[in-house]
Amino acid sequence: MIKPASRWPHLAVSELWHYRELLATLVWRDVVVRYKQTFLGIAWALLVPAFTAAVYVVVFGKFANFPSGGTPYVSLVIAGVLPMQYFASSLTSSSMSLAANLPLVTKVYFPRTLLPLAAVIVPLVDFIVGLPVLIGLMWRDGAWPSAPTVVFAPLFLGLAVLTALGTGLLLSAVNVRYRDVRYVIPVFLQVLPLLSGVMYAVEEIPTKWQWILAFNPMTAVIAGWRWAVLDASAPDPAQTAVGFAVGVVLFVVGLAVFRASEPRFADTI
Amino acid sequence: MPVAIDAQGLSKKYQLGEQQAAYGTLRESLSHAVKRLTRQEHPHGKDEIWALRDVSFEVPEGEVLGIIGRNGAGKSTLLKVLTRIVSPTAGRAEIRGRVASLLEVGTGFHPELTGRENIYLNGSILGMKRREIRRNLPAIAEFSGVEKFLDTPVKRYSSGMYVRLAFSVAAHLEPEILLVDEVLAVGDAEFQARCLGRMEDMGATGRTVLFVSHQMQAVSQLCDRTILLDDGQIMRDGPSEEIVAHYLQTTAGAGASRTWPDSTEAPGDDLVRLRSVRVVDEDGTTSDYADVRRSIGVELAFSVVRDGSPVLPKVKLVAGGQIVFNAMDTDPRWHEPSPPGDYVATAWIPGNLLNEGLISVDVAVCSIDSPKLHHHVSVHEALSFHVQDPAEGDSSRGTFTGQWRGVVRPLLEWTCERG
Repeated sequence: MIKPASRWPHLAVSELWHYRELLATLVWRDVVVRYKQTFLGIAWALLVPAFTAAVYVVVFGKFANFPSGGTPYVSLVIAGVLPMQYFASSLTSSSMSLAANLPLVTKVYFPRTLLPLAAVIVPLVDFIVGLPVLIGLMWRDGAWPSAPTVVFAPLFLGLAVLTALGTGLLLSAVNVRYRDVRYVIPVFLQVLPLLSGVMYAVEEIPTKWQWILAFNPMTAVIAGWRWAVLDASAPDPAQTAVGFAVGVVLFVVGLAVFRASEPRFADTI
Repeated sequence: MPVAIDAQGLSKKYQLGEQQAAYGTLRESLSHAVKRLTRQEHPHGKDEIWALRDVSFEVPEGEVLGIIGRNGAGKSTLLKVLTRIVSPTAGRAEIRGRVASLLEVGTGFHPELTGRENIYLNGSILGMKRREIRRNLPAIAEFSGVEKFLDTPVKRYSSGMYVRLAFSVAAHLEPEILLVDEVLAVGDAEFQARCLGRMEDMGATGRTVLFVSHQMQAVSQLCDRTILLDDGQIMRDGPSEEIVAHYLQTTAGAGASRTWPDSTEAPGDDLVRLRSVRVVDEDGTTSDYADVRRSIGVELAFSVVRDGSPVLPKVKLVAGGQIVFNAMDTDPRWHEPSPPGDYVATAWIPGNLLNEGLISVDVAVCSIDSPKLHHHVSVHEALSFHVQDPAEGDSSRGTFTGQWRGVVRPLLEWTCERG
């Protein structure tokens, strides 16, 4: 059935389900292609967060003496770097997903939402491969989660996925029209770790600032993730709720913008 | 018979400005917005183009439907709407069955992946289930003839191997509905022939086929029914031969024959009157079409009414607004004043001279009055015909199937020495 496209921000779940094999194929393609013709291959998924964390530990931990709130600083940083790396790479690839798959968009029909969706799933592989770094450090520092909280870890990761998908839907649609997006994202991603508490414990800064940072869903992701896996002090529930709410709003807005511009993708891309 | 495609009132609007500034920068858009605000430009001042306007038709299952029309008539837009690549501005269409189109060949191939991996990727993009691909993999590999290189990244393939692999994936798609846009079909002659062959097979096995083409012969041969689009609207819908004939007469100029039964209204003066003109092939039958390799005649039938000055028939061929040539019958018989009576003169244009396309013919009967020509009869665009190349490899383009430019297209004799 072909009709004028609906502008309503619907997800069309049944259609996505129908195309699940294509989603799997697109994810598989990006995972396979990601480390082709690299010498170290998938090891980069371990090395990148490890290097980043090392730099943060030296610069912010040793020289700037950022507060860690009782958690071993190295574990604190790596527990922040992993979700942040995931978010950064999801956001970048999902924002570029439509433009990068131009021949598909102009020649074949499938739900366009599959492209940003696949793009936020692919970096999960890197995330999982990077986990041993975190587990190794936790083992060294003896910072193990107390049993019940760890079950909440996927919830906070889920918020990161939702936020990345929402922003990715929004920016990929904008990027069809304005390739400026490509230049904005790196700038944004350079500032984001500072605003998300990657290299410090958010509860150690003045409450007023905590509330401002609470509007960034990644703050809730990182604080919650540390609480779940590192047994760090629990994040403020109200601030966490704000983070989740913003994540959901971002997702709905992203989907709405995506649906509104979807009918013109093939014409303007 | 069950309906495969049911389109109701399909319309597609494009905004001209939008297409031109396909992707501008944000800054350009802002500066346009500012200009609009300051100069109070009308926001709806942009030109709108309706690529499709209220297009409705039904295709029963198993029918081979042709879609013809001039460039920009909306043929490709219609296919894009039916494949859901673009969504219509208004109207709806219901499609029963899996749709595949031969313009998607090789879409989504990733150069870093191996041939085998690309079969999975491409097949799944075209809508095959993984199970189906696994089952068809040996057949696809064999058909493509690149079995040995299945585990080589396709970036190391030659372009021929690449196209063959891509086509064999598409050929094993087994859709219920196949869309073919000949204009967009790429590749060598063999590949195009395979596309056409595949289409014929599909039609023969009861699949529904939509065929967009400029080759009228192919359309009337392959299609049961044809839709003529013009300016985004359906002008005619009916049996292929009828629609093709109508299209050629209306959009293709004057047509291949013209008669003036009433001599008082026929073009001419008190000395010469034209009776009829037509384009004939080697067998003497009227023909809209000329095979590029064969000669074609322009026949002028006229009457000399009284004794007077010597007259001679003349033709002028025009293609794409350019004069291809002027030709006069210079035979000595026209040196003497022609006795009154009926004459039929035919100018034979040799094969392998004219290029493909629409040729329009001006005819005249004149006498030489140097440095001037005195026209007794002169009819602008009296006739027209199409020159076509069946692409069998023996015309001057050889096996090349792309656009072959030029006013004329002679088959030259080439010499070659190896030093």
